[in-house]
Amino acid sequence: MVPVLRAAVNTLVHVPDLVRYGSKPFREAAQPGSFLADLKARLRPFGEVAAYPPHQAFIGNLKPEALADIPSPWHGHPLPGASHQGPFGEILDQGTFYSLLEKADQFGLLMLDPGWSPPANGASAAARALMGAAGKRGAREEILKRIESGEALPLEDRGALIGCVRRDHEEDESLAARVLLENMAAKASGAHALRLLLEKAHLPAREVDYILSCSEEAIGDRYNRGGGNLAKAIGEMAGCPNAAGVDIKAFCAAPVYALVHAAALVQAGVVRNAVVVGGGSLAKLGMKSHRHIEKQMPVLEDVLGGVAFWVGPDDGASPRLNLELAGRHPSGRPSTPQGVLEALVCEPLARAGRKLRDIDKYAVELHNPEVTLPAGAGDVPLTNYRTLAALAAMRGEIAREEIPAFIRSHGMPGFAPTQGHIPAGVPYLGHALAAMRAGTMKSAMVVAKGSLFLGRMTQQADGASIVVES
Amino acid sequence: MDLDNQTTIKQLVDAHGMENLVVVLGMNGEGVRIAAETVTSGDPSWAGPLAGVSLGLPVYHILEEQVRTKLPADLYAEKVQLMEMVLDVGQIENTLAELRRNQAKRG
Repeated sequence: MVPVLRAAVNTLVHVPDLVRYGSKPFREAAQPGSFLADLKARLRPFGEVAAYPPHQAFIGNLKPEALADIPSPWHGHPLPGASHQGPFGEILDQGTFYSLLEKADQFGLLMLDPGWSPPANGASAAARALMGAAGKRGAREEILKRIESGEALPLEDRGALIGCVRRDHEEDESLAARVLLENMAAKASGAHALRLLLEKAHLPAREVDYILSCSEEAIGDRYNRGGGNLAKAIGEMAGCPNAAGVDIKAFCAAPVYALVHAAALVQAGVVRNAVVVGGGSLAKLGMKSHRHIEKQMPVLEDVLGGVAFWVGPDDGASPRLNLELAGRHPSGRPSTPQGVLEALVCEPLARAGRKLRDIDKYAVELHNPEVTLPAGAGDVPLTNYRTLAALAAMRGEIAREEIPAFIRSHGMPGFAPTQGHIPAGVPYLGHALAAMRAGTMKSAMVVAKGSLFLGRMTQQADGASIVVES
Repeated sequence: MDLDNQTTIKQLVDAHGMENLVVVLGMNGEGVRIAAETVTSGDPSWAGPLAGVSLGLPVYHILEEQVRTKLPADLYAEKVQLMEMVLDVGQIENTLAELRRNQAKRG
């Protein structure tokens, strides 16, 4: 059974009032000073977020390559007439998302004010399909009491208090209020991405057999902090009654590992339709906000990202996921940028007798450079493309003078929110599918890297790659 | 420079003394200037443990000649050389040369 990529979806959720619960802003706000007020002054309204050129590229209304023609700063050049819906994605507003959070909560963790209701016209069809009756609503006094006692964190909508989210155990750090909010945010945004995938691809929910979640959150309790299983929770919320599932954890490389696993399960005939889904990372909101505030820019890390992919058996029309070209980084290999990319890109291609220039497009870590550059973190995709081109030059596949041309034709500007796993190459798959169906592209390689050393169990880096080809 | 790295450098200074340390950088672009300033005149963002701490440590980039020529050639070829084509070596050299000039002036 040849596994093919049937559909890809990218979603964004604009959550300005949740930026304060990102890891960095949460720590900054605990220090004396004006951080929280400075942060609030630099948050963007929904219209600006929807018209932001990288977001338009993310949901498919703009080709990533077109970003190179938009003057810098991109946040100063919104796309005229931009829609929050695109051919393979959409951007949700905060009010709608709070309703999804309420639906994601099965344990009375979230308590919203009875007077609050989501915007009447804000929800898309995919979001409406997830909404149910309002959850447990609490009197305002009870909400305030919970916040004052320290057991709950306040939830705001456009600056006004509308409810709270509480811990579910006094001593269990895995069930602290902020951790549970992170987990519910990943579940709700993941379910939204999955639901949009089902609708865009006309895939009946009952035909999803298996879900691989590549979301970053480690769901669990104090006896098993990363126990899982977000995949099933997402599948249940999205209404997939026949889907089992499992979480794939591999830092930022998880989406590509999940695609490899999904393709392998389909190829082996274990399941017919597998879905890879990634919900958003609350912890990464506002990660570089102090730098953005310093440079008097908008706080650009105000969106949760979501991705979903349908991997199924060959339908005669969709590009295949070529497992013979799947790349991995064995533990005996050096963790240098060169060592990782040689293992992920050069070796699988060499096995098949192919050269680096034989792949039309490389989708590397696609972090939006406008977010990372002001923080001194460089242009992540550009550095990756330079390394790839340098490898091609070192192997004698291109001349050294051809490096800039190689980067232009095989690369693209970064357009993904800095949500860890979300920029991991995979947001390009929607664009690749469209180009392959239009006959303008033959192959794309998705390359993701993971910083294993952050977990302190090894000094190694990691990564995974896979080729999609028509 | 992130706070963890600042903490590590501060600990190394406390353990080994400033006179026994050299900082070797590996990053690109604006990060080079920020990191070099952090370990010489202090954290320019005033956020980390090196805020207001002028360590004045000698700082080099691994692609600068002073470091490059001291590494075993085979190790350099295997692990570092490719980055000469990836990072903007000219800009890195200029950034650090300017920093050293300013340090000498303040001297």
